[in-house]
Amino acid sequence: MPRPGFVLEVDRSTPPVLIWHGEGFRLERLPAERSRVVYAPEPLEPLGDPDAAIRRALLNPLGDVSPLPELLHAGMRLTIAFDDLSLPLPPMRRPDNRQRVIEAVLHMAAAAGVDDVVLIAALGLHRRMTDAELRHALGDRVFDAFSPSGKLLQHDAEDPTALVMVGMTDHGEDVEVNRRVAESDLLVYVNINLVTMDGGHKSTSTGLMSYRSVRHHHNVHALQHSRSLMDRPNSELHSSAWRIGRLLNEHIKVFQIETTLNNDAFPSQMAFLQKREWEWSVRDRATFLAASKGAEALSPAARRSVFQSILAPHQMTSVQAGEVEAVHTSTIANLHRQQLVDVEGQSDVVIFGLPHIGPYNVGSIMNPLLVMCFGLGYYFNFYIGKPLVRPGGVVIISHPTPLAFHPVHHPSYIDFFDEVLPTTRDPLEIEKLYEERFATDEWYRHLYRTSYAFHGVHALYMWYWGAHALDYAGSVIIVGGNNKAVRRMGFRPATTMADALEMAEDKVGRDPSVTYFRCPPIMLPHVH
Amino acid sequence: MSTERSSHPHAAAWHSKPGYASLKRPTDWLPAVRGLRLPLRFPFGAPTWPTSVPRPRKQSDLGVSYDTEWARRYPVRLARAAYTELVTRPVLSAVARPSVAGLDRFENIEGPVIFAANHCSHLDTPLILSVLPDRWRHKLVTLAAADYFFDSRLKAMYFAFSLNAVPIDRVRTNRESAERAERLIAGGWNLLIFPEGGRSPDGWGQEHRGGAAWLASRSGRPVVPVHIKGTGRLWPRKAKRVYTGRTTVTFGAPIAPDPAPRQLVSRLEDAIAVLADEASTDWWSARQRAAAGQTPPLRGPDAAAWRRAWALGPSPKDRARKRSPADEKRWPPKP
Repeated sequence: MPRPGFVLEVDRSTPPVLIWHGEGFRLERLPAERSRVVYAPEPLEPLGDPDAAIRRALLNPLGDVSPLPELLHAGMRLTIAFDDLSLPLPPMRRPDNRQRVIEAVLHMAAAAGVDDVVLIAALGLHRRMTDAELRHALGDRVFDAFSPSGKLLQHDAEDPTALVMVGMTDHGEDVEVNRRVAESDLLVYVNINLVTMDGGHKSTSTGLMSYRSVRHHHNVHALQHSRSLMDRPNSELHSSAWRIGRLLNEHIKVFQIETTLNNDAFPSQMAFLQKREWEWSVRDRATFLAASKGAEALSPAARRSVFQSILAPHQMTSVQAGEVEAVHTSTIANLHRQQLVDVEGQSDVVIFGLPHIGPYNVGSIMNPLLVMCFGLGYYFNFYIGKPLVRPGGVVIISHPTPLAFHPVHHPSYIDFFDEVLPTTRDPLEIEKLYEERFATDEWYRHLYRTSYAFHGVHALYMWYWGAHALDYAGSVIIVGGNNKAVRRMGFRPATTMADALEMAEDKVGRDPSVTYFRCPPIMLPHVH
Repeated sequence: MSTERSSHPHAAAWHSKPGYASLKRPTDWLPAVRGLRLPLRFPFGAPTWPTSVPRPRKQSDLGVSYDTEWARRYPVRLARAAYTELVTRPVLSAVARPSVAGLDRFENIEGPVIFAANHCSHLDTPLILSVLPDRWRHKLVTLAAADYFFDSRLKAMYFAFSLNAVPIDRVRTNRESAERAERLIAGGWNLLIFPEGGRSPDGWGQEHRGGAAWLASRSGRPVVPVHIKGTGRLWPRKAKRVYTGRTTVTFGAPIAPDPAPRQLVSRLEDAIAVLADEASTDWWSARQRAAAGQTPPLRGPDAAAWRRAWALGPSPKDRARKRSPADEKRWPPKP
């Protein structure tokens, strides 16, 4: 029986706690009697036979929709869209959930005599996936059957010939979707729900639409009014995505398949990452020392390469299929079962230790903008109710924050960092002055469509993503980061955690209460 | 690391604050020799345990949970046979000088059987092992008190090896113990069990518990009553030394299992009482008294403690003193 998550009140007998620091870790002793550590629940038991569970889900859909075999018939146009490489994190060991589900769907499509089948990677404005990444996600069988014949596509949000406007919501939101999707008799969307933000109508309204549609929910207003991104009913971003998704569903038939994973994020060789420090065995301590000292001995590139090669032993805990909203309700319940942790009250300071990988740097560098997005956008938004830190409190982020960018993946990030941030850091001003330029820049557009670059506007989205936290927190301190990069973003650099805690006192007073959010493994604090 | 001193001008003041990183645990600098603890800090040393987190109760693999499977493997059985022949039997022959009666009463039955004996001394089990014919002894397990014989790893290993002991919970009914014993019988092992549940506190017999009868009823195997006379004088409970003397082990006729375990309990108790009478007098007299319902009770007279002790005769200490060279064999005798 896996243990639920819990909050440890730090006392003098509490050992130093592990804090992620990019491609490495730190052991820090937190102030006794005024600190607490939020620990994630242990991984849930996975489904015993995931393939059978998938088949059951397809045959017994949720909501007002027929079983999948009844929706399939010869002569129809079937499109199967799937989440891109930003999920899950770290990438999971093969077979990936997408492979299992898509193979099950294709078995049924073959049995029904469906010839016209196209697979689309729902990239949204993310970078294109490489063949190796597609092969990893879909498996050899699917990749080899569809890629050579050009039936394995990647959504292009900037291809005017491959997009079609299907309407506008009552809030004036454009719904411009992938043409193949719009012209299909059935869209099967295959999703991996790693966090509660994913899935539902957001899958289609972000992954398969153009910049014209995405801008309606990926903007400063929506992100500042999402409390939080992980709590859909209180998320403005999701409200917009839901309106767009519902309108889309009026035009095309969508059969949604969502899967959830347990939070078993690291292989057994690195079991210490998932364990509470006082339970570390001799082996855990030895592997910690070997991993941390080994990482320190490597060059940044080699270190990144080693950490990026980690594959998670995630396993499927649920699969549900059918009508989008009914499916998503069940998915959220299953995610809560794995991730919810009850936390009483807020603290003056919150500490986030960022790991080596986020959704936008798979196989890449976590550059300063991604650190900001990951820390203030994702980690800060991991809450239901209210943030872990009080209004005006201090956010401390532990990450090396290298002043380095992947020139292929993040070209617009470089320009944003060098040209925009020195002039303004105000998200609203950035949106007003720079969004159109970055979104319509031909060079960025070219790189997005033909290379492996994120969309030009994505750099700005990273900044927007942290807009709620920037508005809410009194100060942001980055421990162990590159000074120039940290200061450019308007944050305060600290050499050690002790320094950071002392600097925080300037803002929140002496002896502040401290919460350390020990993630990963992923969890969702419900702050009362 | 939190223990690093920062270069910040206020760092020293900060580090002096109560509860902060620089506070050293009182155990951090203990000498290495104390409790064999090395003065290593986490992660080089073991982590401390937060006070607010309850320690999980460690599942002990001792006591009832001790796994004695290894002691029933063939190489260990061979080693035990050698140990019994070379150590147990010679020692018991010297200490207890046993005479054996009644082996013929069960030589024609097929095993497994349950040997049920009265219990006065730690000598009882090795004594029975040393007098039982090989046929029975080589496949005999002894049900032994888990709380006494299996409370440390060394003791558990020794008794599992030397006596082929299997732990049984005598404090409360334990399903695991009972099922294990049942499995052993089903696997062809003879059981030696002491239905009194422990050594006699005063030398007299105690009320029988139902374990032996229950196992017989469940397994359908006969119970062989055994009476041991004399060990209680040689090494009684709480004695600090072992005295030498004579003992008698009397085996009775097998008792068929009774579907009603309660009746079997009293039949077994009666049978051992008759064997005790036989060991003290002779078979015919014992039979006559048994037929007349006049077998002396094993539990002794229902009287005050001193009278029960008095009825047992001189204490082993007296006998020992009498035999001691200082008292008896001095030559020339004391004036």
